[in-house]
Amino acid sequence: MSIQPMLELKNVHSGYGSIKALKGISLKVMPGEIVAIIGANGAGKSTTLMTICGIVKVEKGEVLYRGKVINKVPPEKLPTMGLCQVPEGRRIFPRLTVMENLRLGAFYRDDTNQIMKDIQHSYEMFPILGERKSQKGGTLSGGEQQMLAIARALMTKPKVLLLDEPSLGLAPIIVQQIFDIIAQINKEKGTTILLVEQNANLALQAASRGYVVETGEITLEDEAPSLLANPKIREAYLGE
Amino acid sequence: MIQEFKKVWKPYTIGMLWLLGLLWPLLGIHPDGTLTFQKTITVWSYLLAGSFVCLMIYVLKGTDSLKFIADPISRVAGNIKTTSIALPTWIWLGAGLIVALIYPQFAGRYGTDVAISVLLYICLGLGLNVVVGLAGMLDLGYIAFYGVGAYTYAILNTTYGLGFWVCLPLSGFFACIAGCIVGYPTLRMRGDYLAIVTLGFGEIIRIILNNWMELTNGPNGILGVKPIGIFLPVFENGFTFEHFWMKKLQLFYYFALGLAIVAALCVHRLNFSRVGRAWESIREDETAAELMGVNTFIYKLLAYAMGAIFAGLAGAFFAARMRFVSPESFTFLESAMVLCMVVLGGMGSIPGIILGVAALIALPEIFREFESYRMLIFGATMVIMMLFRPAGLIPAKRVGTRSEEKEG
Repeated sequence: MSIQPMLELKNVHSGYGSIKALKGISLKVMPGEIVAIIGANGAGKSTTLMTICGIVKVEKGEVLYRGKVINKVPPEKLPTMGLCQVPEGRRIFPRLTVMENLRLGAFYRDDTNQIMKDIQHSYEMFPILGERKSQKGGTLSGGEQQMLAIARALMTKPKVLLLDEPSLGLAPIIVQQIFDIIAQINKEKGTTILLVEQNANLALQAASRGYVVETGEITLEDEAPSLLANPKIREAYLGE
Repeated sequence: MIQEFKKVWKPYTIGMLWLLGLLWPLLGIHPDGTLTFQKTITVWSYLLAGSFVCLMIYVLKGTDSLKFIADPISRVAGNIKTTSIALPTWIWLGAGLIVALIYPQFAGRYGTDVAISVLLYICLGLGLNVVVGLAGMLDLGYIAFYGVGAYTYAILNTTYGLGFWVCLPLSGFFACIAGCIVGYPTLRMRGDYLAIVTLGFGEIIRIILNNWMELTNGPNGILGVKPIGIFLPVFENGFTFEHFWMKKLQLFYYFALGLAIVAALCVHRLNFSRVGRAWESIREDETAAELMGVNTFIYKLLAYAMGAIFAGLAGAFFAARMRFVSPESFTFLESAMVLCMVVLGGMGSIPGIILGVAALIALPEIFREFESYRMLIFGATMVIMMLFRPAGLIPAKRVGTRSEEKEG
């Protein structure tokens, strides 16, 4: 008996009305792994994450979380089960303060004392958030907002963290910082991470395994280093 | 200074000529077909003079020519601000409460009457604030729940003879039910679509009230609704309770004040609770809220139902005060009025809404002579507000001071 995957997609189809975005995605994420999904614009990367979270409904196939089918689980139940997403474009709550944003991450929890400790812990992890805790989320810079979005998701105490384009619109130096944090979360907390990225180079360097998505289908699956070395990938996604 | 004036005179002239063009059909064309210019020119020249003075002050302020006046004024304003911040909030609240308590002793019957409608509208405005200001759902049919509350009391009272205090919770309850019935199918919509659907449902409720002759007596309305009755202890011939009808407006004022205070406290507590935080997250970003584990549908329905309850309670008071209800009191214009009060005062801010209500109810009463220009002034006020104070008269404060977070 092999180890049960944390997250598994079996031939998942989904889409927006008549537009079929996913045409049979199958992937596995093992406990403690960082897995990257790379692909071009509109390949279905973000839809994959939104389908896992139930925002986009599964039309065919199965999404399994720790061996349990979660197709029909409403999106708001997932954080209580330990599955949380940092959505594309951050989507923090712009007119709420940093503190309130973090409190909302812990929305389903009722252990106020522990929540306060966890918020303190987020401030230690992201000192800039501590400095700006009474500032409105919308007034933070892009990188700070991304950190806030990650910190907010960590407040749900996730076992699996889904990250959608954490490098979107950020300066290279900030992107590096964000990826360091991702690696740190994975190493220190043992959080399993499923990462969706356009920046294939960075994503594959951080990840242990990778999937390549094209027009709603997985076309390639391999260990991250061999994907990085793959000449096809280098040509298509690394611009060589 | 001449230089600055040269820059602004052109748009000013064009604007004033445009105003003249707009004003003339309003004031110059009479129903009997005659055309006059006299009145238009008079009103226009008043406006011209007034706005010219404003423009001059604006230009002079830009060139620092008014420094000799502006400086002391800003210093005084700064001083007032620092002292007002230095005083703790409870002093302000206490002062406001004392004024509210002794107000009917000084104001006449008319003044008390206006104050009662202010208080009822405060309750309505606070309820709508939960829906619009906190949960961020634009509701254009809000007044329908006010109607449901008012009709609940009127019907139960005239048909079954139930007293006010029995009907008051029932009014809230039925308004809540109506809110859930309307909310359940509509809250799947977002943004503009929701606004249109709520507008439709608001009208549906009004039309039902208008056409269900057997129950609501249709457009004739229901007459003879009893005022609030209370039991007072009487010490003649031993100790008994005697029932009084509260026909006196002053006493009614205190009950309306009680309602408004209860509403303000409830909304304040809700705002600073976990539920309030969930509502605000839905307003900010519904999908993100869902991803963070907020059951958006339930919380949206809850906001809608809460708003409806406040409207229902205010409606019961309305019926008890007017002692008459008819569908005419619950038109779309009323919904729009309440929404204006909330927006004018500042969405999400309780003192702002109180001020907004007071401004929109009391000012038209004070300036009764200018009644025919009311809508004109109203429109102008809204435009000026949106230019200078887009977040409302007293914008909601958001500095992360939710009660349980102070230690954090």
